[in-house]
Amino acid sequence: MGSETYAFLRNFADSWHLLFMVLFLIGVFVWAIRPGANKVHREAANSIFRNDDRPAPAGAGAPANKEA
Amino acid sequence: MWDYIKLVALGVIAVLAAIAANYARDEAYLVNALVVMLAAAATFIWTVRGIGEAKPAISQNEYFDGVVRAGVIATAFWGVVGFLVGVWVAAQLAFPSLNFDWAQPYLNFGRLRPLHTSAVIFAFGGNALIATAFYVVQRTTAARLWGGGLGWFVFWGWQLIIVLAATSYVFGGSQSKEYAEMPWHVDILITVVWVAFLLAFLGTLWKRKEPHIYVANWFYLSFIVTIAMLHVVNNAALPVSIFGSASVQAYAGVQDAMIQWWYGHNAVGFFLTAGFLGMMYYFIPKQAERPVFSYKLSIIHFWALIFLYIWAGPHHLHYTALPEWASTLGMIFSIMLWMPSWGGMINGLMTLSGAWDKLRTDPVIRMMVIAVGFYGMSTFEGPMMSIKAVNSLSHYTDWTIGHVHSGALGWNGMITFGALYFLVPKLWNRERLYSLSLVSWHFWLATIGIVLYASSMWVTGIMEGLMWREVDANGFLVNAFADTVSAKFPMYVVRMLGGVMFLTGAIIMCYNLWMTVRAQPAKSPVNANDFVPAE
Repeated sequence: MGSETYAFLRNFADSWHLLFMVLFLIGVFVWAIRPGANKVHREAANSIFRNDDRPAPAGAGAPANKEA
Repeated sequence: MWDYIKLVALGVIAVLAAIAANYARDEAYLVNALVVMLAAAATFIWTVRGIGEAKPAISQNEYFDGVVRAGVIATAFWGVVGFLVGVWVAAQLAFPSLNFDWAQPYLNFGRLRPLHTSAVIFAFGGNALIATAFYVVQRTTAARLWGGGLGWFVFWGWQLIIVLAATSYVFGGSQSKEYAEMPWHVDILITVVWVAFLLAFLGTLWKRKEPHIYVANWFYLSFIVTIAMLHVVNNAALPVSIFGSASVQAYAGVQDAMIQWWYGHNAVGFFLTAGFLGMMYYFIPKQAERPVFSYKLSIIHFWALIFLYIWAGPHHLHYTALPEWASTLGMIFSIMLWMPSWGGMINGLMTLSGAWDKLRTDPVIRMMVIAVGFYGMSTFEGPMMSIKAVNSLSHYTDWTIGHVHSGALGWNGMITFGALYFLVPKLWNRERLYSLSLVSWHFWLATIGIVLYASSMWVTGIMEGLMWREVDANGFLVNAFADTVSAKFPMYVVRMLGGVMFLTGAIIMCYNLWMTVRAQPAKSPVNANDFVPAE
């Protein structure tokens, strides 16, 4: 790998890609605390309390949270 | 038909392994080749005996729990083996005469130490992660594990890797990279098994019946994907001969060191943290019978952790040939890791809010909570030690070993024990654990053992750091290295005793789990038709 390739990648990594990663991370945080997510999150947090003994029957989506 | 393909493949592998053993250039490679040959031959015979017999039909209406049961047994077994070797190497450090002359060079400290670290991380921790990942991904997706018998391939492949690595170390095969000592031929097998693990996990997520992918699965998936990447990059090497275990690293000098600790620290970050956080986010809410404190916080915990952890590696190389900026970067990211780590700890602990009384009545939840407590403590200690000024005192001392063990014994060990206590009655369909008072015994032995271990290592580490830097009025060093070694003796004995207590607790756990299955009848089915009502 030539030094030009290195310089290009290095430059890209600590400018545009760094910016992209920071924005992505902030975006995820904002997405997680968005208004209206409460219902989905409550639903997801409680999903571990069903289907303990066997898989959901074939073809059926999870009950309760089809609309979620 | 599939059986015949398997037979041909196994036969070819056995013959090739025999040829490799014949041409082997070193003892470690010879033993590994023989192990592969025996494993292939045994599987061959087992497959031949099964030919023509009706195979039980796989029902998509049942979870694939056989492999999880096997994983639970393997976790408990390798745990005891790993802790036992740990106690032994601790004894060797305190009493060097235990490096017996008659057992040289096979059983000296240098060869047993990687055996201990690999046994506890990859054999105990790895089996715990694979078993719980398979259990959790099935329950939270409401789907049977993808890939038919692929789960069994992952399980047995992993056991073979463990045996190959262990025999390789004892017979002198090692590529001298910490936590990545396995020689190149074992690395290839790890890659194959790991990809199968990834496929089984992803396939199950793909056919999930639950619309949302529960947060524990995100942690497990990031663990599987990241370990695959770290493993392949760090182990890039050119074998000297295909018939020998020696290889030459693809990188050299400081680049090699940086890649090694990028691997090494993220093995901690993704193997011992992200994967075990997957356990935390499933088993603590299940055992407490309450949903996780904040699902939002768990999402933030996940993304912040994986974004920050990957940069923290350079703090292992402070004051070396590594450029200053890289070392500073590693330090800053380590300090930033405080936030997600403590966010996660708070999330785990607060799951008990409103149910704190369970701490008094349920020793299993106590075990899980102290695990999260140790997670918080070691993720506080780690960033502190990554600060350059602190590191100049702590580096190369036993403080580091104490830190590792408060994380590994306290966090990884305790959360795994909690998960095993949760899983065994479920998987073997028993009403409850055999004895809660034995769980309490395990809890206290393990906790006091860790406290003895960590505190003796703090004392000896700081003492040794101070002794190394002590200079007299003329600027000469006061202490020789050997002075620190003799000063450490009492702390080494205390550390060994702490290890003995931890090991005793694990043996009590094995007895308790054995009796849970053995001494109690299976639960009766839910009702006459074993019918589970829709929820």
